[in-house]
Amino acid sequence: MRRYLAHRLISALFVVVGVSFVVFLALHLAPGDPAQILLGPMATPTELTVLRGQLGLDRPMLVQYGRWATRAAQGDLGRSIMLRRPVLPEVVRRFQATLVLAGGALLLAFPLGVLLGVLSAARPGSRLDRLSQVVAMVGISMPAFWVGLLLIIGFSVRLGWLPGTGMYAPVGDGGLRDLIAHLILPAVTLSLVPLAIVSRLTRSNMLDVIAQDYVRTARAKGCSEGRVIGWHAFRNTLVSLVTVLGLEVGYLLAGAVYVETVFSWPGIGFMMVNAILTRDFPLVQGGVLLIAATYVVINLATDLLYAVVDPRVRHV
Amino acid sequence: MSSAREKSPRRPGRWRAAGLVIVLAVAVAAALAPALPLADPNRTQPSRRLAPPLAPGYPLGSDHLGRDLLSRVIWGARVSLVVGVVATLLAMLAGTAVGLVTGFYGGVTDNLVMRGIDLIMAFPYILLAMLLVAALGPGLVNAMIAVAVVNVSFYARGVRGAVLLLREQEFVEAARAVGSTEGRILRRHILPGIVGPILVFVSMNIGVMITESAGLSFIGLGAQPPTADWGTMLADGRQFITVAAHVAAIPGLAIFLLVLGCNLVGDGLRDALDPRLR
Repeated sequence: MRRYLAHRLISALFVVVGVSFVVFLALHLAPGDPAQILLGPMATPTELTVLRGQLGLDRPMLVQYGRWATRAAQGDLGRSIMLRRPVLPEVVRRFQATLVLAGGALLLAFPLGVLLGVLSAARPGSRLDRLSQVVAMVGISMPAFWVGLLLIIGFSVRLGWLPGTGMYAPVGDGGLRDLIAHLILPAVTLSLVPLAIVSRLTRSNMLDVIAQDYVRTARAKGCSEGRVIGWHAFRNTLVSLVTVLGLEVGYLLAGAVYVETVFSWPGIGFMMVNAILTRDFPLVQGGVLLIAATYVVINLATDLLYAVVDPRVRHV
Repeated sequence: MSSAREKSPRRPGRWRAAGLVIVLAVAVAAALAPALPLADPNRTQPSRRLAPPLAPGYPLGSDHLGRDLLSRVIWGARVSLVVGVVATLLAMLAGTAVGLVTGFYGGVTDNLVMRGIDLIMAFPYILLAMLLVAALGPGLVNAMIAVAVVNVSFYARGVRGAVLLLREQEFVEAARAVGSTEGRILRRHILPGIVGPILVFVSMNIGVMITESAGLSFIGLGAQPPTADWGTMLADGRQFITVAAHVAAIPGLAIFLLVLGCNLVGDGLRDALDPRLR
């Protein structure tokens, strides 16, 4: 297990370095000269050359990457051009809001998806099974940004039950009640796709397990159907659920961008869209790096959890 | 093993047919848009702004500039379909080429390319698409390229896996034994074997591509006004949901129906071509 852990940690580290290089390269190759952006259209060629020298933009690309990566590793992600503030505190603050949203969506999607999948698999072909398959198909096909708008139209504009926008910070003056009221509609919107995927996968995994010999044995020795499904079959689908959980958390963090835009949720996706539109590259770099690094850590955690749940994995 | 599955409630025929009808209807409407008796999708008429559906002269109502929504939805179908199909084709061609070469020849190239693909897959894909749009600049073509590039790695991995299996088959060994060149083996023996999996993947993928490009347009990184595009129409309508909800609801419904149609056809195709994946 220790060797497996070391191997996974080292490869995750390589991936993080690679990811940071891709992020740097993508925006380095983007058209537009940062010196020109900072100095404006009236700058003289001499001023531009001086500033490029000061910013290190005249150095070879790998040297620039090395300087940027060293600073990033020390927590210095530069300053946002538009906000004129350091990038790190800004992306961390925005990321917290995204985590609240993604957490809310996960709390809805996972238990419900698993429950729906298990119940469908327990009685394949039943009305509930057919209904859950239709729900899954519809859930996967509905664009989140449209569902969000429909929910706002229904529950905020028409019924006036819940606020559609107006979330400013995850920890604010309104307290927990206010947070939950603002969270419900965006979290429901964001949870639809993972709910559909989790329920589909749970169903098909359960059907595979139920067809195994040991489930037949359990039935043969007189176990109640509830015990067969809930105890013998369900426990053996948990392994694959761990993988799905890892994948879905990644989806929720980045996929939140549409939901955040619809609900003006002050998350990192919403921030990055604005940063891209205003060509605020330090902010874009910081945001992408933080999400991608989190994704790598989640994947690592998933792999390790997988090894804990299924001992066979450790020797791969 | 499959006894539980045989009880599955699928009626693939009926669903597949429904999906096919939706996709064909959208495709025909999009293709015939210039010939249909529709208003100019970009003609503004401020006096008739935000007209409700079924208003005289506006079957689906009008938007905030008095543009005909029916006409814009149909013209928008052209954008969505073209972007979805072209992005899928680009991703499929590039991914298949990479997967074929790496899977068939193996070695150092395979190792390097696969590590690169691992790296790309280390990003949540929406994030990578946003990063690419940030680098290339917002716009419809750039959004399409971004969505395509992000998906190349999925095709490359899938095709490589299929090729690795085929490479070891006896008929490939036999072809080699009778003196076939590598190029001929690739073309005549490997390629036909991976067409099925690729088709399944394309059909499952095209709906995602359409949603993704509409999503990028919705957040302002894809198609730019005044292009009649479903994503931008939704974004425009968003500002008027308190007074005219249909302006945002209708283009969203169009995206939903087309993606649902694609997914239903994809599901049917997958069941028909690859029963193992069911």
